[in-house]
Amino acid sequence: MSEFVDRLAARANEEGLVDIAYAAVDTPLGTGLVAATPKGLVRLALPNERIEEVLARLAEEVSPRVLEFPARLDEARRELDEYFEGRRDRFELPLDWRLSHPGFYRRVLRATARVPFGEVITYGEAAQRAGNPRAFRAAGTALGSNPIPIVVPCHRVIRAGGEIGNYGGGPEMKRFLLRLEGAV
Amino acid sequence: MAHALPPFQAFLDEHLEPVGAFLRGMVGPNDAEDCLQETFLAALRAYPRAEPRNLRAWILTIARRKAIDHHRSRAGRAKPVAEPQELIDRQAGRVRSDSAAGALGMSTRHSEIWAAVAELPPSQRAAVVLRFAVDLRYRDVGEALGTSEEAARQSVHEALKKLRASAQQLKEMAR
Repeated sequence: MSEFVDRLAARANEEGLVDIAYAAVDTPLGTGLVAATPKGLVRLALPNERIEEVLARLAEEVSPRVLEFPARLDEARRELDEYFEGRRDRFELPLDWRLSHPGFYRRVLRATARVPFGEVITYGEAAQRAGNPRAFRAAGTALGSNPIPIVVPCHRVIRAGGEIGNYGGGPEMKRFLLRLEGAV
Repeated sequence: MAHALPPFQAFLDEHLEPVGAFLRGMVGPNDAEDCLQETFLAALRAYPRAEPRNLRAWILTIARRKAIDHHRSRAGRAKPVAEPQELIDRQAGRVRSDSAAGALGMSTRHSEIWAAVAELPPSQRAAVVLRFAVDLRYRDVGEALGTSEEAARQSVHEALKKLRASAQQLKEMAR
């Protein structure tokens, strides 16, 4: 039946009926998921997230036309593979920001997206770059709700005291990423 | 939200097999796959407007329309012979007093039954296939056909009567 489903997905894609294409993605800490709209990468789920819940929320918040269609995520998966192998220090993927709240939260994420590989900033600095230096707590919340972690590198934002702080993908994932980038 | 639409992929994974069984019974194994593609593509087109409360009845209604379209487009040509071996095997695997073959007093391996099923009027054929190949209860057969439980029961009853008659004819022909 899987051949049948592949053919169905390809035809649906040709007809422009796949509002969200998704695929599994391997990370050194387990299997995650990447999902894209025609505009770009909209969601990256880390291995500690429950896939059914992630897909159910995408169906509710973006469109129920959600299909597994890895072909549309080849580029994202290739760049992530290269990143995890230490052969890539920036992503060149089109992004769809629609799952982040417009306003301060999205500005925090966009500012974070410009922090280069191997560097870190504090929550206060992230808040400042988003235009509100005193809102470091809100900056933490914004980063905690990052729909596209790793590609929007919220792991590069740490506490002022030098502790790495919270991470949606779990502290061991944050430590792993910062080590991979040589930042700790 | 209590009744949000599931992601289409989950919907597809859940309904692919029963809808496939339904279409094999309706149009025969050779054409079932094309009909199945058309059914789920049509479903995907309309999916955002689907009523989440009864997606099974919804997809079976689409499948039934595709089967009818299929028969119309082939009207001038030879009739397909429905012989969904898989279904026959499934029936053979568990003895049920109310299975189509059992009700006809025939061995479940008689594929002639399925040829006879293909000769039934579309609504009766759909009712019989939903009841015995997809294994739905009468209430759900009715829902999928847009009729009452009682009407579904009646359709199946009428269909079985015709099938019994064909079985009798077959027996006589074999003498």
